[in-house]
Amino acid sequence: MSILEVKNVGKRFGGLQALSDVNLSVKENTVHAIIGPNGAGKSTLLNCLVGKLIPDSGSVMFDGQSVLGRAPYEINQMGISRVFQTPEIFGDLTVMENMMIPCFARRDGAFALNAMPSVGGQKDVLHKAEAMLEEMNMAEKRNMHAAALSRGDKRRLEIGMCLSQDPRLLLLDEPTAGMARADTNNTIDLLKEISDQRDITIAIIEHDMHVVFSLANRITVLAQGTPLVEDDPENIRGNPKVREAYLGETA
Amino acid sequence: MFGLDTKDTRSLIIVAILVVLAPFILNPFPAASAMAQFNAGYPDLMQKFVIFGIFAIGFNILFGLTGYLSFGHAAFLGVGSYSCVWMFKLLGYNVIPGILLSVVISGIFALAIGYVSLRRSGIYFSILTLAFAQMSFSLAYSVLSNPKFNLTNGETGLQVYANDPQWFHRDSLPDLPHLFGLSMRATHKLEIGAWEFQLNVGYYLCALVMLGCFYLAIRIFRSPFGLMLRAVKSNQQRMNYTGLNTRPYTLAAFVISGMYAGLAGGLLSAVDPLAGAERMQWTASGEVVLMTILGGAGTLIGPVLGAGFIKYFENIFSKINDHVLHSWFAFLPDGIEDFVVFLIHPFIGKGWHLTLGILFMLVVIFLPGGLVEGGQRIGNWVRGRKRRKSKTATKTEPAE
Repeated sequence: MSILEVKNVGKRFGGLQALSDVNLSVKENTVHAIIGPNGAGKSTLLNCLVGKLIPDSGSVMFDGQSVLGRAPYEINQMGISRVFQTPEIFGDLTVMENMMIPCFARRDGAFALNAMPSVGGQKDVLHKAEAMLEEMNMAEKRNMHAAALSRGDKRRLEIGMCLSQDPRLLLLDEPTAGMARADTNNTIDLLKEISDQRDITIAIIEHDMHVVFSLANRITVLAQGTPLVEDDPENIRGNPKVREAYLGETA
Repeated sequence: MFGLDTKDTRSLIIVAILVVLAPFILNPFPAASAMAQFNAGYPDLMQKFVIFGIFAIGFNILFGLTGYLSFGHAAFLGVGSYSCVWMFKLLGYNVIPGILLSVVISGIFALAIGYVSLRRSGIYFSILTLAFAQMSFSLAYSVLSNPKFNLTNGETGLQVYANDPQWFHRDSLPDLPHLFGLSMRATHKLEIGAWEFQLNVGYYLCALVMLGCFYLAIRIFRSPFGLMLRAVKSNQQRMNYTGLNTRPYTLAAFVISGMYAGLAGGLLSAVDPLAGAERMQWTASGEVVLMTILGGAGTLIGPVLGAGFIKYFENIFSKINDHVLHSWFAFLPDGIEDFVVFLIHPFIGKGWHLTLGILFMLVVIFLPGGLVEGGQRIGNWVRGRKRRKSKTATKTEPAE
């Protein structure tokens, strides 16, 4: 059963047709990679899924409900969490506080005037955040300022923050961009573990073929704003159309 | 205690003790001595300390936590002042209805202004609030004070006249703001030796309200709501993609701080029943920004310290004049005495702003965390010295 259905989505920026007629279907509990050369429209598509952009045409259905016209925070509350290309965390707050915020968001909704009880008294949230930090192997860093973490740890924290909300769909935007090989491999292992152990669907936008082929069960290749092929990884590897899109016709 | 952890309870108790004993602490010099002009323990000034403390505590909930810099908070102070005086005019001189109305009306004002201004952030938000405050100022100063509809009494300032209704006023009650018959101006003078201490009803009422405000601010700072406000300051993008709607959070913080400002304005009228439009001017908005930054934005006690600091300079430094300076430096030879007075002259009297400006610059450059950071550094230095001393002591012992 597919959890995310993108149908005939188009998006134009002035004279540039960034997306045209994009159809995409992400099946539940799979890792679906969206790849394509620079300027193929991967990030535009992702922004259409999370409410940052509204497509000019077409529909985006998550779990039977349309996400179009909803604000990013509403889409998150529906069960879609997003990891950014450069980790977006609360740099001024401690690691523990970072982990507690998504837990509060899940418990209290988009807004709650919870101004009189103390944070320390919210045992359920404290336990949940603590458990998630343990799972991410970050428990000993709980009192550090998040801004002081290494790049790899920031990424781990961000993924942990998303997971603490028990999302049904996790979107990752080039999660290993700019990482050293070792960090990239750690991230791959972490994501593998997550998809194996949790009831979660992962959609990943990626440049790095090593990452894509180690993780994905299904791949969509995007070129010039439109899907070229959608297939299993082994078929994508040898597909001449994909090579052409990546390397140019002369190759 | 009171739902606070030990550290916060301790700071609340320290503030409570300081506030209760302020008439004594601020009057360290005997009444007749030459230093008596540095005494700040008189009702007028002490009332300003705590009232502007409330103003700054509230401002800090918005600016310190969310980072939204409002340049229009004096508008709420002014609205609160006018509301309170109107209650005096209509109902009578009891301060309770006036103070309550000032909080409610300023809250409504803050809701409307915040709703529009918070559509933008950063400098655009500051400019929008500034524009609203200046509009409120000109409304109060001229537009709303025509003979047909006189809400603010313009330049003269709103005050109680003999022909006002004052429905609940009876002859047995004082003809000045009072708390159930206890006049705000009632002052008990305590003379101990050469010292004179003044215990004033208005001051203690304001002090009590300030302690309540300080306590509420601590609760807000430590609550999940406070955590969300700090998250707004840190990364709004992440908040939006974490399922949190930042707009109501910032609006709630704006309204709460507006109500604090309105309460401060109401108290200003309660101790002196005259509300003028100059309270809403942009310089007044700027002043609370200075207080908060000078004391330490985002800290609990900082804004109160900043408010006290600025009000002390405003009232004490501005009173020093050339005559006083000459008497201080009389021991110097004539020519040098005149020269020294000439050098210091720009920084005193009307020039107190210059002194304040220099101090503000020094604090911002060397102590970005404000006076609170200064206190922490001194504390660390003292502790560090003690530790070094005990270390060297233990080290030298085995050697001998």
